[in-house]
Amino acid sequence: MSHPIGAVSETLLYLNGVTVSFDGFRALNSLSLVLEPGEMRAIIGPNGAGKTTMMDVITGKTRPDEGSVVFGADTDLTKLDEPAIAALGIGRKFQKPTVFEPHTVWDNLLLALAGDRRPRFTLLARETPSERRRIEEILATIRLTEQRHRRAGDLSHGQKQWLEIGMLLAQQPQLLLVDEPVAGMTDAETAQTAELLREINRTRGVVVVEHDMHFVRALGVKVTVLHEGSVLSEGSIDHVSADPKVVEVYLGR
Amino acid sequence: MSARITCIALVLVLGGALLLALGNLATAEQSALHASPYVISLAGKYLCYAILALAVDLVWGFAGILSLGHAAFFALGGYAMGMYLMREIGARGVYGNPVLPDFMVFLNWKTLPWYWHGFNIPGFALLMVVLVPGVLALVFGYLAFRSRVTGVYLSIITQALTYALLLAFFRNDMGFGGNNGMTDFKDMFGLPLQLDRTRDVLMLASAVALSLCLLLARFVVHSRFGKVLIAVRDSESRTRFLGYRPENYKLVVFVLSAVMAGIGGALYVPQVGIINPSEFAPANSIEAVIWVAVGGRGTLVGAVLGAVLVNLGKTYFTGALPELWLFALGALFVLVTLFLPRGIMGLLPVRAEMPLPRAPAPAQAAASEAGPEGVAGADFGR
Ligand SMILES: Nc1ncnc2c1ncn2[C@@H]1O[C@H](COP(=O)(O)OP(=O)(O)OP(=O)(O)O)[C@@H](O)[C@H]1O
Ligand SMILES: [Mg+2]
Repeated sequence: MSHPIGAVSETLLYLNGVTVSFDGFRALNSLSLVLEPGEMRAIIGPNGAGKTTMMDVITGKTRPDEGSVVFGADTDLTKLDEPAIAALGIGRKFQKPTVFEPHTVWDNLLLALAGDRRPRFTLLARETPSERRRIEEILATIRLTEQRHRRAGDLSHGQKQWLEIGMLLAQQPQLLLVDEPVAGMTDAETAQTAELLREINRTRGVVVVEHDMHFVRALGVKVTVLHEGSVLSEGSIDHVSADPKVVEVYLGR
Repeated sequence: MSARITCIALVLVLGGALLLALGNLATAEQSALHASPYVISLAGKYLCYAILALAVDLVWGFAGILSLGHAAFFALGGYAMGMYLMREIGARGVYGNPVLPDFMVFLNWKTLPWYWHGFNIPGFALLMVVLVPGVLALVFGYLAFRSRVTGVYLSIITQALTYALLLAFFRNDMGFGGNNGMTDFKDMFGLPLQLDRTRDVLMLASAVALSLCLLLARFVVHSRFGKVLIAVRDSESRTRFLGYRPENYKLVVFVLSAVMAGIGGALYVPQVGIINPSEFAPANSIEAVIWVAVGGRGTLVGAVLGAVLVNLGKTYFTGALPELWLFALGALFVLVTLFLPRGIMGLLPVRAEMPLPRAPAPAQAAASEAGPEGVAGADFGR
């Protein structure tokens, strides 16, 4: 980990003038964003604003045409690929839940658990008591203890979302990127997810992309509004929803 | 549950081979229990095909790599063994040259090409049986997986690989006997290949090799490595965001599988008595995939079963109705794909070795955000 305890830097994540074009279309347009260590940030914005693309850039899936992405003190993420960035401690949850369907809930968590990822290790690896304890803990946190031996593919939509969040926890990341975690969830599940994210945020930085305004309000954190690939407004949820530019973007169409 | 199936398969393979060998050696020719040399060599052949099928299932069933060129590794193992068997003939060839195989004398070659050196030593030849397919798979896999070639595109280049080798081995100046390949082998490790006893030993060795490959494959797919492999098969990019390097996992299993195929080919050649470039024919690789599909992809034991059953059918058809065999094979493949997506093993009331995912609707698979391999990776490549 590039982030030894004690050597707390000023920022956890710093996007500086990031631009991404797809065939001339600017999905991100000189986007800048600063995240403090331990902060939770909500990102909102209309469809196509560039929210998912921003996550793609942070996690190494997409290389920006311009700009830099600095993690911790001085790690430039634009030079690294996905597994390397994951190993640094950045976890990602996708817009669509993607768990490993043929595996059990338990095995999904086992695979996500922080540890040696090389084939020569996994070929001979045995489940250790401490791994078992970690998995039990996470199962309790994501409320899936009862489902541990079920195939992940047989879970409900909401349970899959939680399992995926659990897999992120198992990775023990310092920064969690969560794309639309409550899409398709019931109100009760949504409330539980907000609680879960707050719990996670006690020990790590979280970036949440979400359309659901009630959910964002329930999180009660600083909000960044993206529009056409750059920041339109930033502040508390009350501040941004009163911002005329934001009102224009959301209502003016 | 799947452990019991594996045990049954091992008992059948080893017990069956032992019974056949006894039936060949310990019974009189008139006895109803007598196994003729023809039956022995047929059984030996099927066992070698089963090793190839196992190799295909390992990459296709568990890593989603639909290799349409696996017979190339089988043939390379076979050629390595053939080169040893040729050198072993020594001065007993038609031309009586103690060093040069007959076909080289025929081509007026004066010296042995450098890559034929060492093949007179059994240990060296056995090493090459493993090393040649392994190294080719390593280089090919490294390039293909690192540049993230998946799905149909990967299948096509594996097919191109075996086709290129077919053309290369056809050439006389390659020094592998060209069109005719290598044949007229005399003995192996000092045992005359004509003797029943030698053939029984080879058939038994194939059964043992198959059993060991089955156990090894089972160990691999049940390890944590195997779980990662299945994760890679179903959503490669997701595993990347978890910090795994799918290309390394695929490379390891691809090389292992190629080595297995090579061993199968090496056991095959002394039993059929010939190796020639037709073993590289793309159709051979496709047939191996059909064996696996018929037996049940992703079940290991199913691959063995499929190889044996389909080849029993082939032996029968090519004897009785030769012109119908290809149609029968094609029809079998279509029927299995339509009605038995999990192959024969899918009919058994047990859990598969590692269940395949429920097939997603095509549109859903293509749209899946986590899978840039989307359309190319859909269905067949998965
Ligand atoms: N690989 C790509 N090729 C071409 N265009 C792309 C690609 N990825 C994203 N885009 C475009 O970039 C823009 C931003 O997309 P992005 O997915 O980041 O939006 P979003 O804010 O996540 O939207 P949503 O709320 O619908 O998820 C969209 O117009 C999209 O069509
Ligand atoms: Mg999005």
